[in-house]
Amino acid sequence: MAAEWYLVLSALLFAVGAVGVLIRRSLIVILLCLELMLNAGNLALVAFSRMLGDQDGQVFALIVMVVAACEVVIGLGLIVALYRRRLPLDVDDLRELRG
Amino acid sequence: MVEVCFFLGAIGALGGAIAVVGFRNPFYSVLALIVHLFSLAGLFLLLHSEFVAAAQIVVYAGAVMVLYVFVTAYVGGAEESAWEPIPGQRLLAPLMGAALFVELSIAVLGSSLKALNGEGPEIPLGFGSPAAIGRLLMERFMVAFEAASMLLLLAAVGAVVLASRRDRDHPPAAEAERGERQDGILREPSEPSTRAAV
Repeated sequence: MAAEWYLVLSALLFAVGAVGVLIRRSLIVILLCLELMLNAGNLALVAFSRMLGDQDGQVFALIVMVVAACEVVIGLGLIVALYRRRLPLDVDDLRELRG
Repeated sequence: MVEVCFFLGAIGALGGAIAVVGFRNPFYSVLALIVHLFSLAGLFLLLHSEFVAAAQIVVYAGAVMVLYVFVTAYVGGAEESAWEPIPGQRLLAPLMGAALFVELSIAVLGSSLKALNGEGPEIPLGFGSPAAIGRLLMERFMVAFEAASMLLLLAAVGAVVLASRRDRDHPPAAEAERGERQDGILREPSEPSTRAAV
């Protein structure tokens, strides 16, 4: 398989994740869509790594996974803290910083 | 054979991604993301990156998804309201997504990258194996590896601080909550002072 296929699939997955961030309101689903976008980036990195015959891209993908895990942990901690304070888990209701 | 595997993985990944966005119940979205991650791990295997595929399944589909399932079950899957703060948001967002996809595809395919055409070079035995990736992490990317470990430690400590129950900040609410649990009977007035002393 040529690299174009993987890159187009990666772009498609990224676009689907971006649409999810735009239209969903639930905080948990927005975090899931961020995961989709990060994984699309990972797919492009690994595809380039294969096509160049260089393993550095796979190390980049691993570091992206670490950053994604940290983002998930902090995001879910925030969600639990919001839930304990009985705040709504809906991004349209959490608009105090909008000014 | 490779083509069949690629299209199976691509259909799984794309279907999982669309299901994540489409399901109204967050719990089903989490389960759809697990399907997406497994398909993506299959695609990584097709690209000869065994270690990344294994890490994807162990770290993502294992640990991170358990965290998601736990928090979703704890918070409860609330249905989203149909109220739209921006008129036509549900129509405009897919249009913007389609525009993003077209733009990314043009940018990637229109570039004259050398790696784009063909099957890629012949790769040596052990390309992407745990030994090769571990050697790279320990030699060439040592600083990034250490920074990642520090970042993970900070995230773990931060999550504990964020999600810990702070009774000191809101003693009345916490006491009222405990009182409700005991069949609506509030405790004796002397009880909070003994707790504070302890």
